[in-house]
Amino acid sequence: MNVRIKEFAGTSLHEEDIRQGRVLSVSYRTRAQYLWSAGVAIGRYLAELKNGRIVGRQCDKCGRTAVPPRMFCEWCFRPNDRWVILKDSGVVNTFSVSYIAADATRITEPLIPAVIQIDGTTGAGILHLIGQADPKKVEFGMRVQAMWKPPQDRTGSILDIKYFKPAER
Amino acid sequence: MVKEMTRIAIIGIGMTQLRSITPDLSYKEMMFEAALKAYNDAGVDPRTDVQSFVCSSEDFLEGTSIFDEYVPDQIGGSLKPVCTISGDGLYSLATAYMQISAGLVDVAAVEAHSKASDIASIRSIMSLALDPIYVRPLDVDPYFVGGLEMTRFLHDSGNTREQCALVVEKNRRNALKNPYAAYPSMLTAQDVLKSDHMCQPLRRMDVAEPADGAAVVVLASEEKAKKFRDDPVWIVGLGWCSDTPCLEARQWGEAVYAKMAANEAFRMTENVRPQDIDLLEIDDSLSFKELQHLEAMGFCGKGEAGPLTKEGATKLGGELPVNASGGSLGMGYTFEMVGLQRLCEVVLQLRNQAGERQVRNAEKGLVQCWRGIPTASGAVVILSSERS
Amino acid sequence: MLAKKRVAVVGAGMTKFMRRAQETGKELAYEAARMALDSCGLRIQDIESVTMGSAPDAFDGVHMKGEYLIDGSGGWRKPYMRNYVGGGTGVFAAIHGWQHVASGLFDTCLVVCEEKMSSCKPHPQAAFQTIFDNFTERPLGPNLVWIFALEMHRYMHVHKIPKEKIAVVSVKNKKNAMDHPCAQLAQKITVEDVLNSEVLVWPVQRLDISPTSDGAAAVVLASEDVARKITDSPVWIDGVGWNLDTAYWTSRDLYYPQYVENAARMAYQMAGIRNPREEIDFAEPYDPFDYKELHHMEGLMLCAKGEAPTLAWEGVTQRDGKLPICPSGGLLGVGNPIAAAGMMKICELFWQLRREAGKRQVPGNPKTAVAQAWGDLMQVGTVVVMRA
Repeated sequence: MNVRIKEFAGTSLHEEDIRQGRVLSVSYRTRAQYLWSAGVAIGRYLAELKNGRIVGRQCDKCGRTAVPPRMFCEWCFRPNDRWVILKDSGVVNTFSVSYIAADATRITEPLIPAVIQIDGTTGAGILHLIGQADPKKVEFGMRVQAMWKPPQDRTGSILDIKYFKPAER
Repeated sequence: MVKEMTRIAIIGIGMTQLRSITPDLSYKEMMFEAALKAYNDAGVDPRTDVQSFVCSSEDFLEGTSIFDEYVPDQIGGSLKPVCTISGDGLYSLATAYMQISAGLVDVAAVEAHSKASDIASIRSIMSLALDPIYVRPLDVDPYFVGGLEMTRFLHDSGNTREQCALVVEKNRRNALKNPYAAYPSMLTAQDVLKSDHMCQPLRRMDVAEPADGAAVVVLASEEKAKKFRDDPVWIVGLGWCSDTPCLEARQWGEAVYAKMAANEAFRMTENVRPQDIDLLEIDDSLSFKELQHLEAMGFCGKGEAGPLTKEGATKLGGELPVNASGGSLGMGYTFEMVGLQRLCEVVLQLRNQAGERQVRNAEKGLVQCWRGIPTASGAVVILSSERS
Repeated sequence: MLAKKRVAVVGAGMTKFMRRAQETGKELAYEAARMALDSCGLRIQDIESVTMGSAPDAFDGVHMKGEYLIDGSGGWRKPYMRNYVGGGTGVFAAIHGWQHVASGLFDTCLVVCEEKMSSCKPHPQAAFQTIFDNFTERPLGPNLVWIFALEMHRYMHVHKIPKEKIAVVSVKNKKNAMDHPCAQLAQKITVEDVLNSEVLVWPVQRLDISPTSDGAAAVVLASEDVARKITDSPVWIDGVGWNLDTAYWTSRDLYYPQYVENAARMAYQMAGIRNPREEIDFAEPYDPFDYKELHHMEGLMLCAKGEAPTLAWEGVTQRDGKLPICPSGGLLGVGNPIAAAGMMKICELFWQLRREAGKRQVPGNPKTAVAQAWGDLMQVGTVVVMRA
């Protein structure tokens, strides 16, 4: 069938066609606002971030630590057992160097997003940024340490940690 | 269309209590609660016994794109076949049914939830569902769609405004007997008729208030069902249908989607007719909808649903109890969870576990959902406590 | 586990993939669906059910996008559902369609996938921010490309893969796409061009990725007896599989897509495939980024872990190689209107297995092929095995 068809449907436009009014268009600004309930697990996580601590939940059945925390162990499918206060340091599992912002525009100072496996867990990691580091010197398995905002500036957010910086062993 | 029927049953249900707000819990925690209850009810371990998980959600109701990402963990589906249907829980149930009927899996779980209280303005989300080119620019409160439809329905059928208000009275009072319900009330039809105007002829109390909750249902093929329960509830018919999304092209007044879905569901049963149904759990998210759906599905003639309601035929203890649970008006409107929540009620009824709401000798029940403003889509499921 | 009924693809259609289409989403869906119907001489009246796949509503700015697309997709007054598993949707839609027919409920199913990403301003990529966890990730201001870069970097690190061996995939696919009439991004480039292109999020460079697109694709499915009446060369869907990993992606080692392997195992078992390397004649794994094609080849067990880059480098995966991968030109070459891109791969398998792919035709006598899509937070694998 495919070989016999000469013309496939689809009319390609350029941004200019819309801007110049060569095609009619309608625009709308979406108003979608939410007030999300953090719930028990994330509620505590955020509250503890304000205290300058990273907390997780421990499943005694399989030994896994859940961070960011949840009230259940998804592998055993059971409520997990205990809150644990974790170290605020870890190792870099993977990282990248970003020259673009969330909306795809270019940024001058690159950002270094990374997955950081938190010390003392069974490999549980969180997403954050690496700071105070030369992008060329960041390595897999590198040790990093959380750098916190001063207590009065913390709001109970993942941003209460400014970034993770390379640490000595 | 239907060639053969595989016997598929519901072996477990779990639902959280519906509440107007749930500031203490995240949606994940609510889903986990419903899942734990359902798997416990069925006697299954989701990590080993459940082979497929089908969830219902819509991104804009959650505030997260590809919400599908966030469902597996709290229902036991991590690293297992999990998929999402953008639609009411009954559509996910139909998908799970098809997966079992195709011989692909034997046991499947279906999930739906509502965290409506997290949405800061439901109206702007509802407006987002209107056609962006032809309708949204009119910039009218989206409930206008309900108002238009109610006007046409009352005009065509001859049902009255007061009869719609009686639906609200009945359902809000039924909810008094339902520990799961969020909005039980002793209000009267007069209260409804005096409540604030919305989009005429809708008044505020004609419209079901949103509520939060989660529900999980476990399905199994006949062979497996009998292993887990002595009293499985059989899915003997199902159907779903979408009428046009275009308001301009729509046949106002008649719920064609409900008629077609019900026709298909009844046809699938081969021998069940409307008169064999002992109780109905149908959409009443706008008061007139209960009447419209009753007529569309053939439970009574045109213009008869209102009088039947007035006579008390559809109340608890009447000839054909409709929305013994309290409906969306009494339980709370839970968006994509409505169908599954009503299905849980019918399962309880058919198992003789509905407490004060128990319909005597309930053997066959029908569940119906409508996807809400501005859609003309819905599904129907017919359940039976015995093999038909 | 054998399915109840054998299901075939009997017709296929697609639109051009473009950066920005004049056609609305409804029109794109219609064009693809129309072409699919015309290709097998069916009318919409012959279609008993419709399933539609489309990724985030956020691109279109339409809530309940599935409802909005009913008419364009042929779903008017039919059983219609929207399935949605992020990027995996294009192949999952075919699986969902397969479920409709294999279940015995329907003899035919029209499967339509559509995407209109260009509606989103200032750039569709900005909408992707909403896929991240609202509490733990969104505040960091993540760009979608971050997660690809994190995964790609981990993959490269674990297997010590030099960038050239990945870049070669982009070169191959864009070249393959020069023979695809619907291609948006067909061009002759070299490995040096890729390595010199703008760094977006290291190690991801501009020519490693497929940009956003508008487009639609559709297939018609039929049960065995009906399929044989419609066409002399139905293409059978012999295996289906899907799998969703945990949402907690930061606790996984991203070097290997376990969920793709799980989905593949499910599909291979159903299709009776024991040695995929030998028994699969060619494959269309999901390739939104060049490294993904390699990542997925390994997940599909078409080669050992870490071996894919070498096979690509040595030309094994060229159209005339021993194991052609993405003969269509893939997402890198044809375009990436998310759900439609996955469906394009299903269409490609259909055309290839019927020897109708023209200049893209894989030489020899290919009999068995696999299509795979992927999505969410590096979580979902959807796999379909088709046979001539």
